[in-house]
Amino acid sequence: MDRSTVPMSATNDFEEKLAAHGLELRAETVEILQVNVGKLCNQACKHCHVDASPKRTEIMTRETAEQVLAALHRFRIPTLDITGGAPELNPSFRYLVSQAHALGAHVCVRHNLTVIFEPGQDDLPEFFRECEVEVISSLPYFLEQQTDAQRGHGVFEKSVEALRRLNETGYGIDGSNLILNLVYNPVGAYLPPPQASIEADFKREMMARYGISFNHLYTITNMPIKRFLDYLRRSGNEERYIRKLIEAFNPQAVAGLMCRNLVSVDWLGRLYDCDFNQMIELGVDPELPQTIVDFDPAKFALRRIQTASHCFGCTAGAGSSCGGAVVKN
Amino acid sequence: MAYYDEEDLGRFSEIAKYRPDLFEKFMAWYQACQEDGALSRREKALIGLAVAHALQCPYCIDAYAQACLESGSNMEQMTEAIHMASAIRGGAALIHGLQAHNSVHKVSM
Repeated sequence: MDRSTVPMSATNDFEEKLAAHGLELRAETVEILQVNVGKLCNQACKHCHVDASPKRTEIMTRETAEQVLAALHRFRIPTLDITGGAPELNPSFRYLVSQAHALGAHVCVRHNLTVIFEPGQDDLPEFFRECEVEVISSLPYFLEQQTDAQRGHGVFEKSVEALRRLNETGYGIDGSNLILNLVYNPVGAYLPPPQASIEADFKREMMARYGISFNHLYTITNMPIKRFLDYLRRSGNEERYIRKLIEAFNPQAVAGLMCRNLVSVDWLGRLYDCDFNQMIELGVDPELPQTIVDFDPAKFALRRIQTASHCFGCTAGAGSSCGGAVVKN
Repeated sequence: MAYYDEEDLGRFSEIAKYRPDLFEKFMAWYQACQEDGALSRREKALIGLAVAHALQCPYCIDAYAQACLESGSNMEQMTEAIHMASAIRGGAALIHGLQAHNSVHKVSM
């Protein structure tokens, strides 16, 4: 069976669910260009929807990064959201960030924390500060056992040390404008808890145990594709998890889905409605331009979002997006 | 035939077949009990987990272990709740030892 996505029925069951609630998933204006600069990563997390690892070789070239910057400049897109892999391992990463910052864009980086200990990366906190980067970092739990179970042995200890470095640089500190947000993913086949409640736990425990502060915690649901789908199948949890996502469908989450205000760009410059669609190679509406070179936000506004069964992951419970829960609680 | 089947948890609503009115009343009450109130959903899930162990109901243990995870409890907290239920069960057995003592004393010289 194809390991990239959940089993598809003859019809699109997500579209059927939307229709049953009188809903249609269409974009609004493009406010975020989310760019995946490659699959190379210093970690190989068990839930990774990118299948990223130190062995991956797919990486965005300088030429494609230039095309991203040209689009950002030409269309005055407010936010560049950079992800990977570990995006810092792309040789064009610092160029992309500093140029986007110079253009006046708000730059977010999905930073895995431990990459700071890779050769040549120890000044990352200072570089982030210079470019006023919003740092968004995964930390599945405030305890070592759960974090290492998902992200690998020794990751928690390194992550805590990296967070200390970010705090020392002014990130996530009260009164500072340097934003440090954390991301919570369930360490297994279950839905995230209410965001406000687990954020309060993280703030209390991270300060009490490690003296670390941060701005916000985003809860993100594990998507049943790629490496997490492999885990679901290996552990016999696939059917139960998919059923859980479908049964937890929340029509109120649809309006706030991330695909409605972003366009996702892959390492080759191809366009998608989100990073998850990118990983299963489900491109944007075939009627639209397919690459960043031909991108035109006017054509992408109000576009019909391409969906498949994995989309139930973003509409379950309080919903899930790159900015955490969609329905605040 | 297995007496306990994991799939039966998802078939719970079939119990409504012969008296849907009673099941509807039960579900309205049951769901109202789960909502945030003077106690949070997380506290209620931990109580549910503890009671499930005291009752030794495999369906409830499964359901409330998941509910605890999805309301933000960790394994240490869940294990403490289970110890609370077990301690009270143990204490409840032990206190009945006095009944035995009383019974023996009553017929002893």
